[in-house]
Amino acid sequence: MAKLSRRTILRGAFNGAAVGVALPLLDCFLDGNGQALASGAPIPVRFGTWFWGLGVTEDRWKPTKVGAGYDVPYELKPIEAYKDKITILSGFDVILDGKPNLPHNSGGIGIRTGVAPSSPALPAPSFDVLIADKIGGQTRFRSLEISATRDATNSLSGRGEGSLNPAETSPINLYNRLFGAEFVDPNSADFKPNPQIMARRSVLSAVADQRKELEARVGARDRERLDQYFTALRQTEQQLALQLEKPAPLEACRIPPKPADTTPPNYQIEHVIENHKTMAQLLAMALACNQTRVFNLNFNNGASSLTKAGSTISHHQLTHEEQIDAKLGYQPESTWFVERCMEAFGVFVDTLGQFKEGDGSLLDNTLVVAHSETNFAKTHSVEGIPMMLAGRAGGKIRTGLHVAGGSTPATRLGLTVQQVMGLPVDAWGEGGLHTNKPISEIMV
Amino acid sequence: MSSPHGRRRTAAGLAIAGVLASLLGCSTPRDAAAPALVASAEAPGRIVAMRRLTEAQYRNAIADIFGADIKVGGRFDPIVRPEHELIATGAAESTISPAGFEQFDTMARTIAAQVLDEQHRATFLACAPADAAQADAACARAFFQEVGLYVFRRPLTAAEVDFYVGVAARGAEPTRDFYKGLELGLASMLVSPQFLYQLETAAADGRQIDSWSKASRLSFLIWNSVPDRPLLTAASRGDLDTAKGLQAQVERMLASPKAEQGVRAFFTDFLHLDRVADLSKDTVVYNRFTPAVAADLKEQMLLTVVDHVLTQDKPYPELFTTRKTFLNRRLGLVYRTPVGKAEGWEPHELPADDERAGILGQGAFLALFSHEGRSSPTLRGRAIREVLLCQPVPNPPANVDFSGFNDTSNAVLKTARQRLDRHNTDPVCASCHKITDPLGLPLERFDGVGAFRKTENGAPIDASGAFEGKTFDGAASLGYLMAQSKGPTDCLTKRVAEYSTGLTEDKLPKGWLEALGQGFEAGGFKYRALVEKVALSPEFFALPEVAAPAARVAALSPSAAQTKEVR
Repeated sequence: MAKLSRRTILRGAFNGAAVGVALPLLDCFLDGNGQALASGAPIPVRFGTWFWGLGVTEDRWKPTKVGAGYDVPYELKPIEAYKDKITILSGFDVILDGKPNLPHNSGGIGIRTGVAPSSPALPAPSFDVLIADKIGGQTRFRSLEISATRDATNSLSGRGEGSLNPAETSPINLYNRLFGAEFVDPNSADFKPNPQIMARRSVLSAVADQRKELEARVGARDRERLDQYFTALRQTEQQLALQLEKPAPLEACRIPPKPADTTPPNYQIEHVIENHKTMAQLLAMALACNQTRVFNLNFNNGASSLTKAGSTISHHQLTHEEQIDAKLGYQPESTWFVERCMEAFGVFVDTLGQFKEGDGSLLDNTLVVAHSETNFAKTHSVEGIPMMLAGRAGGKIRTGLHVAGGSTPATRLGLTVQQVMGLPVDAWGEGGLHTNKPISEIMV
Repeated sequence: MSSPHGRRRTAAGLAIAGVLASLLGCSTPRDAAAPALVASAEAPGRIVAMRRLTEAQYRNAIADIFGADIKVGGRFDPIVRPEHELIATGAAESTISPAGFEQFDTMARTIAAQVLDEQHRATFLACAPADAAQADAACARAFFQEVGLYVFRRPLTAAEVDFYVGVAARGAEPTRDFYKGLELGLASMLVSPQFLYQLETAAADGRQIDSWSKASRLSFLIWNSVPDRPLLTAASRGDLDTAKGLQAQVERMLASPKAEQGVRAFFTDFLHLDRVADLSKDTVVYNRFTPAVAADLKEQMLLTVVDHVLTQDKPYPELFTTRKTFLNRRLGLVYRTPVGKAEGWEPHELPADDERAGILGQGAFLALFSHEGRSSPTLRGRAIREVLLCQPVPNPPANVDFSGFNDTSNAVLKTARQRLDRHNTDPVCASCHKITDPLGLPLERFDGVGAFRKTENGAPIDASGAFEGKTFDGAASLGYLMAQSKGPTDCLTKRVAEYSTGLTEDKLPKGWLEALGQGFEAGGFKYRALVEKVALSPEFFALPEVAAPAARVAALSPSAAQTKEVR
């Protein structure tokens, strides 16, 4: 097939059915010839979340010193090596306004959507979706959701109204989705628009044409659901359009080897650690290869089902049933799981730090929000839910700090990261979670 | 030129309608006089419900329309089960995420490519293009009219047919391939909300759903799949609006082999068997438990249910006491029972004095409502209340303190009953556990995967309990008492009504459950007759009440996305 000029692509080989892609989208991505990244274009800033379930033992996790050079208590030891890349946020509350505390749900959903939920469904868009609306439209995947416990519903990402972005559950599937047949190597010398992708686009365009007719016939409640369908469709369509353009070469992008056979689908912590490590590698490569700019990685689930091989009791059960050791002053078995979670976060931060990009690393050009869904799991407390930030967002934030929230709303973090990622928002959250005060200490 | 069902076309001029009818209606003679189905000028009416097809419905639809050899590969966006409800009612609220859409798109393209490959295309096309390297409007029109009837479960409007013929023409031109054009059009149909959702539309009279929606409601209820040609023909003739015409179709459908799919789908949803796919056990504690065993447990439950309520047509309450089940070699190993057949399933009858009987003795139920490394009287008791009796159990307060409850290696508190009794000395805990544990503790002689045991950590297990004021000992006795109770039959009636309409109880037509319940009892509690009664009652097709959504009770349960365990 002859090399197509940009104009012929937009007109489309299957023109009649095609819906044109907005030109500005492509303009910001390409130089005048449509062949390469505009010279001097800044390296993109990526955004993501990293979730772990069942919180921490506050006394063993929270630094006593506020500000730079914070001390590192026992449960934070696993991240000590990355201390200057990580900011600790303590004392930020999910304020429920008298709504019941839904164990393992209220905390995580409150942080992510700014609304204290009345049911386990997301009541409003999560901030990662709002950020993806801003920065996710220029890559093949608007965002990637990943669950190391291999549970597709282990996700806190969604557009609200009960919709949930399901998580990718196996390293193999993640690999195939990212680097399978439709992956275009940005560093490959020859580029030909894939006719299959043109065909796919025309299929979707045809469906998009039915929108008006259907919307005229549905009631208000179903219209919202229909809108979500067509939003999803349009996102896929736009991303296909991007794949018809030659991608700009990317220094850090290398095609990874196919991961080895997957671990068995259970919650045994050794397997989850292994999955997480493999999936973190694939995710980092996807970021380096500009396949996505937004991600949500869940290490374990809210009411953590993690088990140790041979144990009759899970992490979740332990947090409730294990005695607080009178001599030690904490739950020794439960804290073991917290340390493993922190270790995994260290692995994740380290993985992003390994990719050289420009003068720094992929981590320097990324902003990662890590958080749990509870503070002390034994009582399901949602005050002072542990949160962390990693990466410098391309120099837009300061790291290596401990910020004490002083019982202010946890939504301040959501507001801050939206602002850092360029969203024009000056207040966020509902009721007691409403805030117009970003965490100014960390903003450059 | 072989068809997916191994039939061969005998005459070149055979009407495509006949070809498809032979694919769809197993026992139906080719309906030579069905011209009314291939064209419609009428635009469909107001959409009153959007129910997303479940994974099973999608798969059944593709198999029924295009043949079982068409592969469906991909991951389905999960439909969230609303708290204390069926997935079927969740489907009426379900959305499609961008990642889920991407998957539907992939599936649609791979299905369309198979349907129109050289091996299969002749099965679905009665015509041939004048030139295979070019578009052919007449032949494409015939294809889309016919296939669209099944994919959208109604005749396409003239405008829709023109639209897909246009898509095919634009696809054929650059690829120089008529069939590629059809492929694009079909893929576009399969990713349309008109396929992915069961769109129920109002009839012109404004009181009921229209005939096509009725046909879909019937076929998804009884077959868990799309309507076949005789059902669509009945819809086109207005037969579904008359008692006699409706009855004829319902009887035909219940007698069809496809009714088994329907029974399986309902009981999978009702008994939460969808979760068996995610069921994992600690392999150190239960070294014989593998994903294959989990799949077998689900199949064992479904074989037992299908045999009982459909094949034998026995009363539903007896499903709590029956000694009849099915076993294969793998389950025989887990349950320490010899199985003669090396491959496949064989009927198995337990001794009359066995502790194991009915649903409560099924490994799927016992393993599903247990922890990874041990049984859980609380989870089992709660499941009996919520799943089998439709009685929601209050949740523990968020700040509940479980520190009185110790681990299984405790030298003094060896059995779960001892540990839970300790736990129940706290009045806050006791208020909840009084509801669940007396129904779960009698099942304690079955471990976390459902294998029989007499002792736990060397101590004998006390399996006594009380149900509706009567005391008993052991799982089989609990099953016997449940079979005498109105609780399980009332619960089943409610669930079938909700399942069939996609509506929660508060939105069901007034008085309908009472009428169904009376009929169920009068007919000797036969499940088959209950489904028939649902399908024949006027309320089944009534338009949902247009009212503000009822305020839902504040949901306290950690049951959905983030939570995989409850205590």
